[in-house]
Formats: sequence, C-alpha cells, structure tokens
Amino acid sequence: MFAADSHSLELCYNGLSLPFKMADIISTVEFNYSGELLATGDKGGRVVIFQREQESKNRLLSRGEYNVYSTFQSHEPEFDYLKSLEIEEKINKIRWLPQQNAAHFLLSANDKTIKLWKISERDKRAEGYNLKDEDGRLRDQFRITTLRVPVLMPMDLMVEASPRRIFANAHTYHINSISVNSDYETYLSADDLRINLWHLEITDRSFNIVDIKPANMEELTEVITAAECHPHQCNVFVYSSSKGTIRLCDMRAAALCDRHSKFFEEPEDPSSRSFFSEIISSISDVKFSHSGRYMMTRDYLSVKVWDLNMENRPVETYQVHEYLRSKLCSLYENDCIFDKFECCWNGSDSAIMTGSYNNFFRMFDRNTRRDITLEASRENSKPRAMLKPRKVCTGGKRKKDEISVDSLDFNKKILHTAWHPKENVIAVAATNNLYIFQDKIN
Amino acid sequence: MFSKGTKRKFSDGDEEISAESLVGARVASSYSLQRQSLLDMSLIKLQLCHMLVEPNLCRSVLIANTVRQIQEEMTHDGSWHMVTEAFCNPGQSPSERLVATEVLCRSREQDAEPKLFSVISYEGCREEEVVADETLCSVSVSDTVSDVCLAGRMGQCWEKSELSGVERDEEALEDSSLGSGEDEEIDTEDEASTKSPKTTGQVFGTFEIKNGSPGPDSALEELFSDVDTSYYDLDTMLTGMQSAPKMGPYDLLDSLAPSHSSPTIVSTPKCRSDLNELDHIMEIIVGS
Repeated sequence: MFAADSHSLELCYNGLSLPFKMADIISTVEFNYSGELLATGDKGGRVVIFQREQESKNRLLSRGEYNVYSTFQSHEPEFDYLKSLEIEEKINKIRWLPQQNAAHFLLSANDKTIKLWKISERDKRAEGYNLKDEDGRLRDQFRITTLRVPVLMPMDLMVEASPRRIFANAHTYHINSISVNSDYETYLSADDLRINLWHLEITDRSFNIVDIKPANMEELTEVITAAECHPHQCNVFVYSSSKGTIRLCDMRAAALCDRHSKFFEEPEDPSSRSFFSEIISSISDVKFSHSGRYMMTRDYLSVKVWDLNMENRPVETYQVHEYLRSKLCSLYENDCIFDKFECCWNGSDSAIMTGSYNNFFRMFDRNTRRDITLEASRENSKPRAMLKPRKVCTGGKRKKDEISVDSLDFNKKILHTAWHPKENVIAVAATNNLYIFQDKIN
Repeated sequence: MFSKGTKRKFSDGDEEISAESLVGARVASSYSLQRQSLLDMSLIKLQLCHMLVEPNLCRSVLIANTVRQIQEEMTHDGSWHMVTEAFCNPGQSPSERLVATEVLCRSREQDAEPKLFSVISYEGCREEEVVADETLCSVSVSDTVSDVCLAGRMGQCWEKSELSGVERDEEALEDSSLGSGEDEEIDTEDEASTKSPKTTGQVFGTFEIKNGSPGPDSALEELFSDVDTSYYDLDTMLTGMQSAPKMGPYDLLDSLAPSHSSPTIVSTPKCRSDLNELDHIMEIIVGS
C-alpha cells in the first residue's frame, strides 16, 4: 500500500492548496469506479462532484488535482403533512453506477427518497437553425430564403445534472444505506427495519426482501444499521444490526430474506461487560472487500475484518480509539456514543481507513499491522507537506506533540472517508471541509 | 458508621474486615448511584427523543435497551423488589415486575384522565420536600415511575414511526386518517406537544378522542397521552405556559431522583405527609 521500505506510513498533500470548504456539513463521500470523480453530499441536500485533472507534465509532484465538476441540488426538504414532520434533505448516501456511456450516473438518497441522477457534459451546440435565430426568437418568415443545415460548434464545457428516476414512498423509516448490485440492474435500499430491492428502471415498485419489524413495536430491540450487496455475487447481500450482528442473505433462497444464510457475531467478552456494551457493539458501517472474500464492520471503538467463511469471530480486529472506553459514560451523556463512523478499504484490500474525533482519522495496514493516526486540519496541513502522525496520550505523562484524551474535541468528528479504487488517494470529510490527500510520490 | 477513631473491643482483624465491608458498601452504593444516574439519564433521553420532531429509531432502541438492562439488573438485585412491593398492587410476584409495567398501565384504564393533572402540578414541589427518606421514598418512587413510564414511552417512540408506516403504505392511505383510535390520539397529541398552542377546538378535540374506549394495547399510550394533554389545559395555553419546559413522567422522575436531591433528612411527620402525597401519585399512576 504505502512505500514498501518505509518504516512509517506517510502521506502528503496532493497539491491542492487548501481543502474545499463546503456550504454545509458533508454527509457522504464516494469515489466512482474509476476514481476520476468524487461525489459529496451534504446536509443541505446538495451534491458536489469533483473531477480529477488530467496529469500534467508541469506538475511533477502531483498526479492530478480534484476540482469542482458539477454542483446540483439533489433533494429538497419535504413536509409530511400527516405526521407534521419535516423530511430532512440531508443526503445520507451516494452510490455511483458503473459507467456505460459518456454520461455518469449516481444514486443519492435522503431519509425517504432515492434519486438517480445523470451527469452529462455538453461541449457543443448547434448553430444555424432555419426557423429561429441565435437568440431563439423566431425568424421572420420573409427573411428565410435558403435552407441550411445547422452545424455543431464548440462551446464552453457545461456539466448538466438531471434526475432520471425518483424512487419514493417505499420507506417508512430512515434510509441508512443504498448499494448497487453487481448485475448493474438492481440496487437495494435499507432503512431501520426493512430492506427493499429496486430495479433501476422501475420506480413505482420495489421488492421488500428483509423485514424485521415486530408485530408489536414495543418488542423492538434491534434495528438494521447498514446493508451492502456483494461485489460479485448478485444474489448475496449483508446487513448489520444495532446488536453487533451481521446477517448474510441469499436472494435465491426465498423472496423474503428474513432467514439468513450466515450469521456473524463475535462472542462478548464477559470481563468488559458494562451497560454500554450493547451500544458500542452496534455496527455503524459494513463494507465488502473488493475481492468479495472479506467484509469489514465498524462499531464504536473498533474495526473488524471478517472472513465470509467464518461466522463465529472476525479474523482481524483493529482498535480505533480504545482510550475512549473509560469515557463511555460521558460520551453517552453528550450523545457521541451514537455517532456512526464509516470505514473503507483501499483498492487492493491491503489497508483500511476510518475516522475518529478531533478530526483524526486512522489507517491500518493489514499486512504489516502498522497503523497511523492523522489529522485533517487547516492549521496542520500545508501544501505538499507531509502529514505528521498524531498520537493520543492515554495516561501518565504526556509527551510533546501528544494530545491528551481530555483535550480531544468531540465536535470535530470524521464520520465519512473514501479511498480511491486504484491509487493511494483518499478523501476525508471533516464537518464542512473536504480534504483530499495522496501518498508520497517517490 | 465507622470512624477512624473508634476503638473496638475486638481484635484488629475484625476492624479491618469492617473497614473492608465499609469500602465494599461504599463501592456498592456508588455503583447503584451510578446505575441510578444512568437510568435517569436514559429516561430523560427517551423523553427528549419523544419530543424531537423525528426521533432517531436506532438511538431510541439502544437507549431503551439500556434502560431494560438496568431494570433487569435492579430486579435481580432486589432493589426493584423493594420498590414495587411498596407501591404496587400486592399479589404481584417480583419476577413479574418488568411485565408488570403493562399491567400497571392497563389498570389505569378505569381512572379518569384529569386526575393526572395533580401529578403534573405536583412537579412544582421541590425535591427536598418530597424526598425525605432516600432509601424508601425517592428511590422507590422514581424507579416505579420509570418502570411505569418505560414501556409506554418506548411504545410512544416507536408509535411515531409506526404511524408514518400506516400513512406510507399506499394501500392503507385512505384508511390512515381514520386509523385506530390510539394512533390518532398519539398523532394529535404529539403534534400538539411539538407545535405552538393549538386552537381551543383542537384542544378539546383531543380530549374527546381520549374518552373513547381504548384497545388492550392502547393503555400504555393512553397513559402518556393523558399526561401530555395536561399541557393543553386551557389555562396553561392561555397563560402562555406552553413555552415552559415540557413536562412528562420523567420530569417528575427527575425531581424525585436521589441523584438530584441533596440528602437532607427531614423530620418524620413531614415525611409522612409527603409519603401520603406520593401514595396519591402512585394511586393515580397505578390506578388502584
């Protein structure tokens, strides 16, 4: 993943002088399949897409910056009249579709509605119409003396985003995940209690494939927290729960996949049991590896890698911020314990990344077992300067450059990160700011 | 209590053991204080999430599970047993305490709604007046209240989303407005609790619905809808007290919880009259 002979994981800025400051809190970040485009969704329902510049010979130290490519309003706030509640326009998830023609397609979802957007470029326009002049006004019929063929003239590049499908009214509860199937025809959407399967062409119908809503809502003790389709097997998907379990389902088995094919759960360590055990075991994100052999889950304090062939325990566990274990009561009080952190794989599945507090994010190299903590902040980041590894002091004497647990800013949380599918370029969302880093170029 | 200077007749070993047991007792009471404070915090969170425009279901479920966990532990501890024995219907076995929530709430059916107004008005009473004997009054009442309120509150939390489930279902769209009486109760009542003062007609409309015969499972919601409707007492509305912090069973709990009160020992007669008033509250809640 990183330079093989380096003793420490290193990253340096990619040449963008400053991180992008967005108008609103970023709520999702996602690279497309080629990594050329990076989409972000925010709390205000906007989607901003960045495009990578072509590599230029002038910039030796940079492999190509990301610049704003398109901005559009995906979702608007809605009002549910029956409940007298507002439906937030915040974008919960964006997922790209694989590119099949010149246009790009992505799915964006808020709490209730999923939209398919087409992003296309227009760099030519037709000139020389017969019936209307350049302004668009109808030409005087007497003036038309000859017949001409309009010609396509180049124009300034215009990027248009248009909603092609709107998938609505299928979710009673808040949508937490969407995932495109490997057949590129269907996708699933999951809310707290149900998972639906959609066809990309059909908006007025969806199949309910998982329903964990109890007959009596007072018996509700578990909700769905995330769901994802298998990257290669279009009949397989997983969903995680608030009790720290993951269920793998096979859509060939039955129309309603309430009975799982595999059930992943790590037995609880009785010595560390507390009243918060269940809350911190709640899984906030689940991601398949690119290979499809493993999956990764993020709970409050750790990231776990599971082998799909072994259900009784994960094969790897990485502690993200174990120093918070003694602070769980305060974190429960200020609600931070309910923060939903995401996690992601790198393109080769050799490393994983996830966020933490104080604008820290963590990367773990699965092969060397090395890990690093980095900070996404304007003060500490200069263009083309290496990011300094950070360390949290857990007790005793605090060394220079270390930060103590009590000084951590719990309002600065990195919940969303994304890794380029092929290169060591990462996108980190810190509240309103989007940071894009790349690893050091030899 | 032991003090360092106290000399005892017996050997030093005995004193050490006593010291240990003292430490143990301190740890145990500190643990139960922490547990109580966690329970209070959780109940407040559940109440707040009920007040929020759109409660986060995952968070609510996790908090509710935590409360259940604490309840179960307190039941096994015996601290729950003492609570419910003091105030609940005799004849209910301790093991049924958790299940008893429903029973307690159901038995409310016979009671008329306006009685709960006195519970709310009781809130004005400062905790020092009410909490006299820590071990009996405050702990027990608060726990019982929480016991009573818990299932209903959770039901309420889910019911909000549940209601939207009824609406969203396209087939049932026509029926959703008619719905079951309880859903409608919750809807109007929740609406009222989160919006500015409603018109008089709506307030009384709410009351009308309340008087309808509730189904077997509606008792829980009914308990809370009754509590909430006290906000829409005409006086409250007109005097603009709507803006006052929203009151619910957990506010009562708050004022009674031992963690909030300073351990002042009040004279016995006052304690007794306070006990009577607590009895009164419990009667209302339990509906005996």
